[in-house]
Amino acid sequence: MKYDIVIGLEVHLQLNTKTKIFCGCSTTFGNSPNSQTCPVCLGFPGVLPVFNKGVLDLSLRSALALGCTVSKFIKFDRKNYFYPDLPKNFQISQYDLPLAKDGLLEIDVEDGSRKRIRIRRVHMEEDAGKLVHEKEASLVDFNRCGTPLLEIVSEPDINSPEEAYRYLTALKEILRYLEVSDCNMEEGSLRCDANISLKPKGSEELGTKAEVKNVNSFKAVRGALSYEVQRQEELLSNSERVVQETRLWDPDKEVTVSMRSKEEAHDYRYFPEPDLVPFVITDKTIQEVRSALPELPQAKRARFIKEIGLSEYDAGVITSEKEMADYFEGCIKLYDKPKVVANWLMGDFTAALKEKGLESISQCEMDPADFIGMLKMIDDGSISGKMAKSILAEAIQEGKAPKDLVSAKGLTQISDKPQLEDLVGKAMEENGEVVEEYRRGKKGAIAYLVGQVMQKTKGKANPKLVNEILRKKLEG
Amino acid sequence: MGIIKKKDVLYVASLARIKLADGQIEGFTGQLDSILDYIKQLDEVDTESVQPTSHVLPMVNVFRKDDVKPSLPQEKVLENAPGKEGYFFKVPKVIDGAEK
Amino acid sequence: MKDPKKPYTLTAHQISNLIREKKISISALLDSLLKRIDDVDKRVKGFVSVDKKSLKERAKDLESEPKSVGKLYGIPVTIKDNICVEGEPTTCGSKILAGFRPPYNATVVERLRGEGALLLGKANMDEFAFGSSCETSCYGPTHNPWDLDRIPGGSSGGSAATVAADETICALGSDTGGSIRQPAALCGVVGFKPTYGRVSRYGLIAFASSLDQIGPLTKDVRDSALLLNVIAGFDPKDSTSAEIDVPDYTTFLSKDLKGLRIGIPKEYFVKGVDKEVNEAVWKSIKKMKNLGATYEEISLPHTKYAVATYYIVAPAEASSNLERFDGVQYGYRSPEKDKTDSTPPLLRMYNSTRRDGFGAEAKRRIILGTYSLSSGYYDAYYLKAQKVRTRIKEDFDRVFKDYDCIVTPTSPTPAFKLGERLDDPLNMYLSDIFTISANLAGIPAISIPCGFTSKGLPIGLQIIGKPFEEATLLRAAYAYEQSTEWHLMKPEIKRG
Repeated sequence: MKYDIVIGLEVHLQLNTKTKIFCGCSTTFGNSPNSQTCPVCLGFPGVLPVFNKGVLDLSLRSALALGCTVSKFIKFDRKNYFYPDLPKNFQISQYDLPLAKDGLLEIDVEDGSRKRIRIRRVHMEEDAGKLVHEKEASLVDFNRCGTPLLEIVSEPDINSPEEAYRYLTALKEILRYLEVSDCNMEEGSLRCDANISLKPKGSEELGTKAEVKNVNSFKAVRGALSYEVQRQEELLSNSERVVQETRLWDPDKEVTVSMRSKEEAHDYRYFPEPDLVPFVITDKTIQEVRSALPELPQAKRARFIKEIGLSEYDAGVITSEKEMADYFEGCIKLYDKPKVVANWLMGDFTAALKEKGLESISQCEMDPADFIGMLKMIDDGSISGKMAKSILAEAIQEGKAPKDLVSAKGLTQISDKPQLEDLVGKAMEENGEVVEEYRRGKKGAIAYLVGQVMQKTKGKANPKLVNEILRKKLEG
Repeated sequence: MGIIKKKDVLYVASLARIKLADGQIEGFTGQLDSILDYIKQLDEVDTESVQPTSHVLPMVNVFRKDDVKPSLPQEKVLENAPGKEGYFFKVPKVIDGAEK
Repeated sequence: MKDPKKPYTLTAHQISNLIREKKISISALLDSLLKRIDDVDKRVKGFVSVDKKSLKERAKDLESEPKSVGKLYGIPVTIKDNICVEGEPTTCGSKILAGFRPPYNATVVERLRGEGALLLGKANMDEFAFGSSCETSCYGPTHNPWDLDRIPGGSSGGSAATVAADETICALGSDTGGSIRQPAALCGVVGFKPTYGRVSRYGLIAFASSLDQIGPLTKDVRDSALLLNVIAGFDPKDSTSAEIDVPDYTTFLSKDLKGLRIGIPKEYFVKGVDKEVNEAVWKSIKKMKNLGATYEEISLPHTKYAVATYYIVAPAEASSNLERFDGVQYGYRSPEKDKTDSTPPLLRMYNSTRRDGFGAEAKRRIILGTYSLSSGYYDAYYLKAQKVRTRIKEDFDRVFKDYDCIVTPTSPTPAFKLGERLDDPLNMYLSDIFTISANLAGIPAISIPCGFTSKGLPIGLQIIGKPFEEATLLRAAYAYEQSTEWHLMKPEIKRG
C-alpha cells in the first residue's frame, strides 16, 4: 500500500461506582424506563450537582495505571448542545483542565515486537440517557443519564486496524485488573469512536480524517477500520477527496455509511461549571492511589514467566483476566506444579466454564483448594487423569466439590495390591489361551488381559498397577 | 457600533434554539449592538496576568459519598411531562444526527 | 403601631411575641392577611399564586401542634416564584414553566417549614429574574405600593411590594445583581443579600449560578436577622454552600456604632445619581457618625466596569442554565404543527417552544450570553469579564483591610415609571449600577430605608460588608434604623 494509516481512538468507559456521578441514584439499571432518576440527573430546574468521590477514586486509579500525569488542579466545564437524551442540554465534562494527560499503553504488534501508544488525555464526564425511536416519535429514558464516564483519548499513534484491536484489548485488560469498569462493549459499558485517515507513505502531513461511530465490539472496530482503509485508499488512488465526516458502521452489511446530516459546526460553548467547585489533587493522594494499584497484567505476565517458569504463551493466557491469574496464584500456593495447573486451567477448566456459560472463573463455585485436591488425587493414583476430566466438568456444571463427586460415585481407583492380584489371577485363569499367546511372544496380548480386569472393576482398577502385576505374573 | 450583525444574531439564536420572529431580528440586533458597545469599555482594564474568577469562594474538593439514595417514583418523574408514553418521555421524532 | 386590629401591619418578631403570649392565633393572623391581599393585591399585583384553602389547613395544623414551635412558628412568608415549593406552581414568571409543579422543595423552603413558617404564596418577578422593574413577568407587572404608576424594582418586585403593602409579614427573594436590594430600596423595605455560599441555592431556579443568592425582604432589620438565622448554613446538596458556622444574628443588634469604620466610595456619588437620593444617603452617613462610626472617602476604581462585566458573566451563565427549558420534561411545549416548515420535527419543537415560551428580555439575554460564549468570542468577552471580575473583587479586598463596611446609595434613582425603560435595555441595566459589584465579589450587602423624595418615593441605603460578616451589616443597619422612623412609614397604595 502506498499509504500510512493513522488512527486515534476515543474510549468512553462507564465506571462501576454504586451511584451516578452527581446524584445518589443507583447505577444498576432497572428495566423500567426512568425508574433510576431523580431531579438532579433529570436536570430539573433549581437542582444542583454534587460530585461523587468514588468517581474520582476510580478515575485516578485508571489514569495512574495508564501512566498519565495527573493534574494538581482540575475543574468541570459545561459542554452545551441540544439533544433530548441530555436533560439540561449541556453535559458536565472536563475541557481545558482534564484529570490527567500524557499516558502510555504498550501493545504487542503483529511482528512480535512491543509498541507504545501515547494517551493524550483522560477526563471525567456524565453519560446521557437513551432514545428509542418509534415511527412517529422518539422516546426518552434517563436511567443511564448521569452514569460516570471516563473518556480516554489516544494520540494518533495507531497504524493499523489490528493495532486498534490490540490497543482496545490491552486497555480492557488493564481496566478490568483495576476493577473500575466491566468494559463490556456489547452492553455499552465501553464505547469507542475511531478517527482514521491515510497519508502518503512517509509523509508528515496528516490526511483528512473520518470519524467512525456505532461500533459495538472490538472485532467491529477492526472491521470498520479495515473497511475505512479500503474506502479511503480507493478514493485517494483515484485522486478523489476524503470528506471530513462522521460515518456509522453497519454491522450487517459490514460497511461504514456517512451520517449525511446537515451537521452544524460544533460550537459547544464550553465554560467552567459554576455549580461545582474545583478539585485539588495532592501528591499524597496520588501516592496513596499509586501504591494501592494492583499488579498490572504486563508485570504479572513477566513475573509468571521469570519466577514461576510459565511459557510466554501460557503466561499470556493465564494473565489476560485478573480473576484467572488470581485463581492460578491461589492454586500454586497449594501445589508446586505450575505448568500442570496452567494446562488444566487453560484447557478443561476453561472449556467447562464455557459449557456452563460462565464468563469468569470467579463465578465458579469451586475454589483452588478443591481443584488442587483433585489434581493430588491423580498424583496419588486415586483417580485417573481421564476420570479427573469428567469429574471436573461435572463439578463445575453442578457446583459440587470434586472429592464429593468421586466418593458419591464410588469412583475411587482400586489400587489395593492384594485385591488386584486376585483379580489378575482370575483373569489369567479364564483366558488361558491369551496367556499362552503372550508367553509365545505376542506381547500385545497383555492389553486384552488388562481390559478384562478393567471390565471386572467397571473401570476402577488402577491401570498402571494392573499392568505391573500382570507383567510380573506372566513373566514370573 | 456594528459589533454584532444580523447574521450573527441569527446564528446565535439558532445555537440557542430560538426562532426569532422576522420583525424582532432588527430590533434585537440594534439593542445587542449597543449593549456590546457599552461592554467594549472592558478593553480599558489591564488584565494581563490576572486570573479569571469563576468562583468567588476559595472552596475546593466538595464531594459526596458513593452512597445510594432513593430515586424519584416514576409517576413523579413524569408528572410534569408535556409528552409521555408509558414511563418514557415522548418527543417529536429524532432524525438521527440532524439535530445534534 | 401594634394595632391588634391590623395584625398584617406587624413584623415577624412582634407577631412571634403575640403568638407566644396567646394574644393572636395563627388563623386570625392568616385571615387578616388574606383579607388584606383581597383588598390591595388587585392594585399591587405582587402575588402570582396564593392557595387559600391549603393555607387555612396549614394554619390549623400549626395550631394543633404547639409542641413543634419553631423559630418562625406561625410567621407568614412570601416566596419568590423562582424558589421551588413541592407540588406548588413554580414558574419564574415565565410561560415556559407554565403548569410546572416541582416534585421537591428548595432547601430554604424545607428550613422555613421546619421552623413552623407559613408559606403564604408565590411572589411575582421579572421573567427568570431578568430585570430591574418586575415588568417582564408573563403575569404582567407588579406596581409600587408608594405610587402605583411606578415600578417596584426588580427582579424580586413581588416580594418587595407585598412586604411594603403589608400583604405579607416578610418574604424571600433572590439577588443576582441587586434583585433583592434594589426593589427593597424602591419599595421602602429592608432587603438583604447574604455572602455567596451563605444560603443554599438548592431549589432556586438558577439565573447566574456564580452570582445568585437567596435572601430576606422584611419590614425591619430584626426580621432580616430572624430569617437569616433560619435560612443560612451549609447544605450538602449545594457544592457552593459554605461550611461556616452561622451565629445567632439577633445578638448583634445593638444601638450604637462605636468603632465601626465606614468607607464611602467616591465612585458611587457621581453625576447621574438623583439629587434627593444623594442628599438622603449623606444625611444617613452623618447619622451613623453620630452613632459612633467613623467614615472616610475610599476608591473602588473598577466599579465603573461592574455593569459591563455583569452583562457578560450573568447572561452567559443564564444562557446555559436556561437550555433545559426545551419542552421535553416539563413546562410549556409549543403545539405548532406547521407542515410547510421543512425543519426536522424535534428542532421545530425546540425552536418554537423557546420562541413562544420566553419573553423578549429572556431571549435578549440568552442570545447575548450565547454570543459571548460562542466560538471565537469566548476570550474577548467571557474570559475578559471573568478577569475584570477579579479586579473588582480585589478592590473590595483592599478596602476591607481598613474598613468594616462600605456605604452607598442602593439605586441611583427612586422608582421610575412603568414602561419607561422597557425598550431601552441598556438604561434598564444601569439601574443596578450600585448593586452589581457585591454579586461579582460574592460579598454581603443590605439595603435599608433612609428617606423619601419630595414625591414621597422611598430611598434606600446600601451597606456592603466582608464575606461572611453579615452580623456587622445587621448591626450597622439596625443601629441606623432604630435612630430613624423611615421603616415605620406605610404607603397609601394609590396612584402618585
